[in-house]
Amino acid sequence: MSDMKELISLMKELEDQVVVCMRCGMCQSVCPLFAETGRESDVARGKLALLDGLMKEMFENPNGVNERLNKCLLCGSCAANCPSGVHVLDIFIKARAVLAGYMGLPAAKRLILRGMLAHPEIFDRLAEWGAKFQNIFTKPVNEAVGTSCARIVSPLIGNRHFRPLAAVPFHQKIPYLNTSPGHSGIKAAFYVGCLMDKIFPHVAQAVIDVLTYHEIGIFMPEHQGCCGIPAISSGDTKTFESLVRHNLEKFEAESFDYLVTPCATCTSTIKKIWTLMVRDDGRGIKERVRKISEKTLDINQFLVKHVGVKPGVLKKDREVISIAYHDPCHLKKSLGLAAEPRALIQANPNYHLKEIPESDRCCGLGGSFNLYYYELSANIGTKKRDHIASSGCSTVATGCPACMIQLSDMLSKAGDRIAVRHPVEIYAESLKP
Amino acid sequence: MISQALLKEFKEKAGQENVFTEKADLVTYSYDAAVLEPVLPGVAIRPASGEALSQIVRLCNENKIPLTVRGAGTNLSGGTIPLRDGVVVLTNALTKILEINEADMYAVVQPGVVTAKLAAAVAAKGLFYPPDPGSQAVSTLGGNVAENAGGLRGLKYGVTRDYVMGIQFFDVNGEIVKTGSRTVKCATGYNLTGLLVGSEGTLGVFNEITLKLIPLPAHQKAMVAVFDNIDKASETVAAIIAHRIVPATLEFMDNFTIRAVEDYSHVGLPTDAAALLLIEVDGYPAQVEEDAEKVELLCRQKGATSIRVAEDAAERDSVWTARRSALSALAKLKPTVVLEDATVPRSRIPDMVRAMQDIAKEYNISIGTFGHAGDGNLHPTILTDRRDKAEWARVEAAIAAIFDKALSMGGTLSGEHGTGLAKSCFLEKETSAATIIYSRKIKTALDPNYILNPGKIIGR
Ligand SMILES: Cc1cc2nc3c(=O)[nH]c(=O)nc-3n(C[C@H](O)[C@H](O)[C@H](O)COP(=O)(O)OP(=O)(O)OC[C@H]3O[C@@H](n4cnc5c(N)ncnc54)[C@H](O)[C@@H]3O)c2cc1C
Ligand code: SF4
Ligand code: SF4
Repeated sequence: MSDMKELISLMKELEDQVVVCMRCGMCQSVCPLFAETGRESDVARGKLALLDGLMKEMFENPNGVNERLNKCLLCGSCAANCPSGVHVLDIFIKARAVLAGYMGLPAAKRLILRGMLAHPEIFDRLAEWGAKFQNIFTKPVNEAVGTSCARIVSPLIGNRHFRPLAAVPFHQKIPYLNTSPGHSGIKAAFYVGCLMDKIFPHVAQAVIDVLTYHEIGIFMPEHQGCCGIPAISSGDTKTFESLVRHNLEKFEAESFDYLVTPCATCTSTIKKIWTLMVRDDGRGIKERVRKISEKTLDINQFLVKHVGVKPGVLKKDREVISIAYHDPCHLKKSLGLAAEPRALIQANPNYHLKEIPESDRCCGLGGSFNLYYYELSANIGTKKRDHIASSGCSTVATGCPACMIQLSDMLSKAGDRIAVRHPVEIYAESLKP
Repeated sequence: MISQALLKEFKEKAGQENVFTEKADLVTYSYDAAVLEPVLPGVAIRPASGEALSQIVRLCNENKIPLTVRGAGTNLSGGTIPLRDGVVVLTNALTKILEINEADMYAVVQPGVVTAKLAAAVAAKGLFYPPDPGSQAVSTLGGNVAENAGGLRGLKYGVTRDYVMGIQFFDVNGEIVKTGSRTVKCATGYNLTGLLVGSEGTLGVFNEITLKLIPLPAHQKAMVAVFDNIDKASETVAAIIAHRIVPATLEFMDNFTIRAVEDYSHVGLPTDAAALLLIEVDGYPAQVEEDAEKVELLCRQKGATSIRVAEDAAERDSVWTARRSALSALAKLKPTVVLEDATVPRSRIPDMVRAMQDIAKEYNISIGTFGHAGDGNLHPTILTDRRDKAEWARVEAAIAAIFDKALSMGGTLSGEHGTGLAKSCFLEKETSAATIIYSRKIKTALDPNYILNPGKIIGR
């Protein structure tokens, strides 16, 4: 992103999008961050005004703007409710790229992003090491949720109740798959996603089980890379583009009808951010991205719309479990998917779906927002926790591993005995005899 | 410039963390929803108590620093655009509903309470706070009172003014002034409440507001009537009122707006219609049914080409979704939206709508008109791109022409969006030179240092 020409062309695109904001202020009513702080620089209108100011050269130094721009969950609540149709997230992501390009990445971030994410093999290995060593530093605290907390006070972990890395990540269990479709006639590529691979391998397993049950051919290439969202939301277009290229190569090795993922954030990134942010390389990369993103589907949507879910049987000897559902921002606000994950849960008669108030309110994780503004993130998350707890459910499902991490942290801290799961797990359960 | 010593005092009174001086914060308090140039304040302060609020007002006066109170900053007339290097006082930390009195049907609130939050809180107790500006999800009651905000229910239920029973506010010295009471009747003292409602932060700073509540209507019925000609729609409005039916809402949309809404939300509006009326009656179930039938009949008699009565809550929602998306649908057409507010006597609506169409043609700009037909409060909405200098000049000329038209029909510059900066130079046209002088005398007497939101309404 050091290429001046690219910076300038991004700035131009930004300008045309930023002027669309009519400063009506309606985004104040939905921004979870503004609800906590009441500060205009935290809400979309304020951030857009800052970008406008930046472009009009009101600031000698972009640090203040940069800092405020990065204090954002990128939840898209503002964009989903904006009467003027401002593409707020596109703007924020482009602006982060511009600013990062301008100022250069901070050394620590550069190291993490370029060193780890950009090289999937190294990332995998680090995570494997982490899994081995983490037991030394952490102890199980809440079995129902399945979290651990810092056994010794660690500055990185703080007082988070985080979901531990899985002992065996999914890619180690099943490194590669390429099966032919059965009677379904559908071949699906399976993009696992980092968090599913490393923290929730059982969700990835559930996906395999469900696809296998429906006789869908599966293509799962080895060494899948991160979707790039952590990189691009830090403005690191270089790492982002190298990840996109890496994944394209892996998945282009086989032909398939759909690419599915159980991670709402990955789906939304591939469908929206890849197409938005990958720059033309003169060798047809945009076209390659377009092709793959068109085929990309959230697993819930794929099963409900393209496969058809099979209603499970009621297990007589067991009590029906009441289950709540949290709408991930990247499913509902970004992709408009709310009915599909619910349909998947409801296919299992052993669960009873209970709606919670404001089910589509952001959980407050917001990727690196949680690292930099943990207290705010936790305050927002606590509201979500309260809504979940008020429903009296014993399980909560959600379609995004990032939300799963946040809900686990919040529920565990409050001492709730509520399990956090993915709709596909609930569905997979009902297919088992 | 604000001195370091004064900043220190602000911090002492309001708390270090509630005083913002970084440029990147100040830029975010330099604008509101009006299409006007932003102005950078010198400091923004977010007091967390009435006590702190009073001290800030006093300090500003003592130091002769202009002060602009800011609620949600959604006003459309520049009311919260501060003075350069002035003070912006945020009320959004003063968000307590202090009391909801069910027996005496009133509520007492701090100025930063969001309109929709109060409405929901009282509705939960079977009570009703009717003023519902389109911005109610974010607008503050302080801002509503200071702008005398209206809404969709103005025809039957009136506007904010009709619900303000009393205000406790700070004068420039930070002293408490009390107006009105918690009783339905009150005949003591001057009617200062009347003076302060709509004062746009120029005469005092509200600290507590007492609002009248009424019983929640038990039942509603909504319908959409389609017309192939604006006059028929307007005659229908007149006929409904002449038959002594007062709908809670009686909204109008012109063809331009209908097409925009339909393109945007595909709710099934007839894009060839000249006008739509969206009507809702409310009250006791039996009376509502009877009124709805009468209204339907009147629409037919006056030549509506079709009428759709909402049979259930979902259909009713879709009627209001169509109306609510009017502004969004228009806003999406062009980068800049100028939402005007000129209001005419009800009977002049067809003339006014036609005048808007003529003005759009004459100045070669796009105008969509929708609004509150029942009370003559139309919102001609100009769609443009401010960066296009030539077009912007035509837009400014068109705005002046709209005002002239409205005044020539015995109307007013603003039905509900206030005067602020945007219309202050036109005010004399509507009133008289003596009116401005009289108003300025009041201002000078109450605020001799001109620190309370100077420049708004009556200019300088
Ligand atoms: C999308 C949209 C739809 C709208 N629809 C309507 C509508 O239907 N009807 C309508 O009437 N308006 C409407 N408006 C205009 C606007 O929302 C109203 O004027 C509203 O009352 C402003 O409230 P606010 O909290 O944003 O006030 P602000 O904009 O923050 O302030 C408005 C004025 O009030 C003063 N003020 C605020 N608090 C205090 C206080 N505590 N003491 C003294 N002065 C104070 C300010 O100084 C300023 O002059 C709309 C605006 C938008 C953007
Ligand atoms: S809701 Fe949209 S147009 Fe309105 S202020 Fe927010 S971003 Fe701007
Ligand atoms: S993306 Fe979310 S946190 Fe960021 S401004 Fe929009 S609503 Fe607020």
